Amino acid sequence: MSKSSLKQTLKDLDTKKISIRELNQDYLKRIKENENLNVFIHFSEENVLKQIDNLENDNSAKKLKGIPIAIKDLFCTKSMPTTAASKILENFNPTYESFVTQKLLDEGSIFVGKTNLDEFAMGSATNTSFFGNTINPLSKENEPLAPGGSSGGSAAAVAADLCLGATGTDTGGSIRQPASFCGVVGIKPTYGLCSRWGIAAFASSLDQAGIFSHNVEDASILLQSIAGFDQRDSTSAKVDIPNYFENLDDDLNGKTVGIPKEYSIDGTPMEISQIWEDAIKVLEKKGVRIKNISLPHTKYALPTYYIIAPAEASSNLARYDGVKYGFRSDEIDSLDEMYENTRAQGFGKEVKRRILIGTYVLSAGYYDAYYLKAQKVRKLIADDFNKAFKECDFIVTPTAPSAAFPLNEKQNDPIKMYLNDVFTVPASLAGLPGISIPFGKDKNNLPLGIQILGKHFDEQQVFNTAVSLERSYE
Amino acid sequence: MNNLIKGEKHDWEMVIGLEIHAQVKSNSKLFSSSSTKFGSSPNSQVSLVDAAMPGMLPVINKYCVEQAVKTGVGLNAKINNYSVFDRKNYFYADLPQGYQISQYKYPIVGEGKVTIDFKDGTSKDIRIVRLHLEQDAGKSLHDQNPSKTYVDLNRSGVALMEIVSEPDIRTPDEAGMYISKIRSILMYLDTCDGNMQEGSLRADVNISVRKPGDEYGTRCEIKNLNSIKFIKQAINYEAKRQIEILESGGSIEQNTMLFNTSTGKTRPMRNKEEAHDYRYFPDPDLLPLKISKEEIGKIKSSIPELPDELKNKFIETYKLSNYDASVLTAEKQTSDYFNETINSDSELKNHAKIVVNWITSELFSLLNKNNQDLINSPVSPENLGQLIKLISTNEISGKIAKDVLEEMFSSGKTARKIVDEKGLQQVTDQGEIAKVIDEVIAENPKMVEQYLAGKDKLLGFFVGQAMKLTKGKANPKMLNDILKQKLNKKN
Repeated sequence: MSKSSLKQTLKDLDTKKISIRELNQDYLKRIKENENLNVFIHFSEENVLKQIDNLENDNSAKKLKGIPIAIKDLFCTKSMPTTAASKILENFNPTYESFVTQKLLDEGSIFVGKTNLDEFAMGSATNTSFFGNTINPLSKENEPLAPGGSSGGSAAAVAADLCLGATGTDTGGSIRQPASFCGVVGIKPTYGLCSRWGIAAFASSLDQAGIFSHNVEDASILLQSIAGFDQRDSTSAKVDIPNYFENLDDDLNGKTVGIPKEYSIDGTPMEISQIWEDAIKVLEKKGVRIKNISLPHTKYALPTYYIIAPAEASSNLARYDGVKYGFRSDEIDSLDEMYENTRAQGFGKEVKRRILIGTYVLSAGYYDAYYLKAQKVRKLIADDFNKAFKECDFIVTPTAPSAAFPLNEKQNDPIKMYLNDVFTVPASLAGLPGISIPFGKDKNNLPLGIQILGKHFDEQQVFNTAVSLERSYE
Repeated sequence: MNNLIKGEKHDWEMVIGLEIHAQVKSNSKLFSSSSTKFGSSPNSQVSLVDAAMPGMLPVINKYCVEQAVKTGVGLNAKINNYSVFDRKNYFYADLPQGYQISQYKYPIVGEGKVTIDFKDGTSKDIRIVRLHLEQDAGKSLHDQNPSKTYVDLNRSGVALMEIVSEPDIRTPDEAGMYISKIRSILMYLDTCDGNMQEGSLRADVNISVRKPGDEYGTRCEIKNLNSIKFIKQAINYEAKRQIEILESGGSIEQNTMLFNTSTGKTRPMRNKEEAHDYRYFPDPDLLPLKISKEEIGKIKSSIPELPDELKNKFIETYKLSNYDASVLTAEKQTSDYFNETINSDSELKNHAKIVVNWITSELFSLLNKNNQDLINSPVSPENLGQLIKLISTNEISGKIAKDVLEEMFSSGKTARKIVDEKGLQQVTDQGEIAKVIDEVIAENPKMVEQYLAGKDKLLGFFVGQAMKLTKGKANPKMLNDILKQKLNKKN
């Protein structure tokens, strides 16, 4: 698969080597050829053509003019329905555009469609979607693989070259893990860098929008486009957004990388330990000092995450009650029945599981033992990182404990599924930026990802390290 | 004062605490920019946030925060530099988010107190536990369709202040006085319009009964009362109900009650077992609310004179009684009216008590009769001042003044004009009065005889006759004096 980069495409458009129409028709063709992957929940060729028409009549200069972008179907969009991959929002058409997608529209990008995800972003394989599984484009003929999740549709869309970039959201690893599974670049920026306004909420204190792309340079261009303060989101950060792309610098000489010992976990496949070592060696060669660090509360990160995220979700999803919009059961004899049947029929199994967990941990008598304790541990995990970052400029770890697994594996074992997030969750709890880049393959020739974590709002360092590793790998 | 109520077997004391929900006076809602105007057509003031559309986020309205701080200062309460918004989770059709954003562990305002004044000149402090900010819910309309319930979200997200008192209240009257006092303070501060009919001020009443000196009994909470009359009725009914149960050997269940305004009775809505588990937790969409000392100081300095300060000022400046002063300051419009009246003429400062009486009895009864509000009174403070001046300078008698006031009220004319037009000036000419008295004495020789024989009561008869002849205009004191003089001369 030859994949052109966003950077190169922008040049080609600029020099009229290719027109917006030609470019997008190329992508439309590939999208139609790859329908079997079930990447999109919503795709309308007509809608794409309309956007092309509009841009052809638009003479203003725009940074991403004509660039085909796929949007995770958790972002509310005016021109396309928004489902969160749930039956409960099956026919929901927002009257508003999310902050992130509005920014992309303002830059002149073309939305090719809404990508599949785990229902309400709850999952690690894009197999809890009401609209069916997405298939990893790297699957072998008779062995369909999971694309990871929850943003599996967006990761697959980039991997299959159905777009030049895609939006995702990452709550505990939902960008980084599918990026690793699909062999693409995925960045989750610092919590608060991109406004959450208009993104259907899963866990408000963790949800963060980010980007999938073919390479680090493209990610740096796209992230800059979607970042920025938004007064409509009280947790949005008032920080200056640097020109990440212009500032890219692959010279890491004199920097220090932190290698957390707690990320060496028993049972991690050899190949993963191997690429981690390889990455460290590459960095060493580039003049980076290697610092062994300790993040002692790492082992508590998963249980902490699986208390806080469901707790917030149980409350965030209360608004889907059949009263105002979305699905409403027609078996209703009372108000209580309307809630019960609407939510019983409208939500899938994993969402219900998390609502139940979340409701439980917030209940009277359990709040202190679970939620409150989890919040305290979250603080300790964040402190671990703060301490570590006094001694290093960035941290490098594997992204996920395995390569892409077969579609139906782990389907019935939630705990095993939750373990996918083991390397990504701690940074989510600490609100830190993290990127996953493809770095090596396993014995089945499936891509493996390396994760780079940075200090709060130090996306530039994350990009610099990533581009440096990427260039050395190529 | 005896606050006890008699049961069949012994006396009981009520223990009452109030949770007042006061709508913050603000043009927009607590977490959205929608209008808060009352009485707009259903669902015309609903933003995406108010309707809890996917991905919508609350943003705190700073003005509402300032209003809450202002109110806290007015309640002599501690303002907390750090407070947190929590989610109170429950399902209801008019609660679009499935949770109410409120403040649970860390309210914006802590302990305070307000003072209520009794007629006998005594007063009592009621302690405030806290004040917190929260969102109002929408409204379910059950009467629009026989088989459906409609939802109006205009009120959804409107800012409320919940003011919680300690159980310091002992009688329905105290409860009424307490809520009146809170209402008065809020209206002076302009932080709530105080309109109970429109629901801007409502209360939940917690009530238990006990034998004097005993521990607190089990309480019941009566929800959502929107008039002082109903609050008193509900307390009386509920206390009686509880006493009856206890005296017949039963025990009180901790229930949430509803008050039926047409029957005057309370009935249980849910019991303790059915109580919601609200699963409070800090709202992750909002950062903790931090208010600096400087901001609090700035708000403090913007606060107008409050009823208690004004009351003390009135007592000191005008030598009014505690009760008169508290009546005068109960509502801002009354104290404003009094101030304007008494300042309309420098003379009036020496007749403050008369001014109070004319406002709180004569003018108020006219307003009541005509169903009008002081703020729209047809008699301006200046005109009332003029009338009182005419009385204090003996130009007209108090009796005539009442008629003049009525005419001022209906015609809008000034006192001076009415008195001049109708020639109502008091007759203070000694000669003229003497002449009339001579006439009366001459015409009633028999009565004079009886009077002189010791029937003192007849003096009133002569006064009446003489007044009649002067059309009530004779200066009563002069009339009395001259009459007595003349009759006694006959002796």
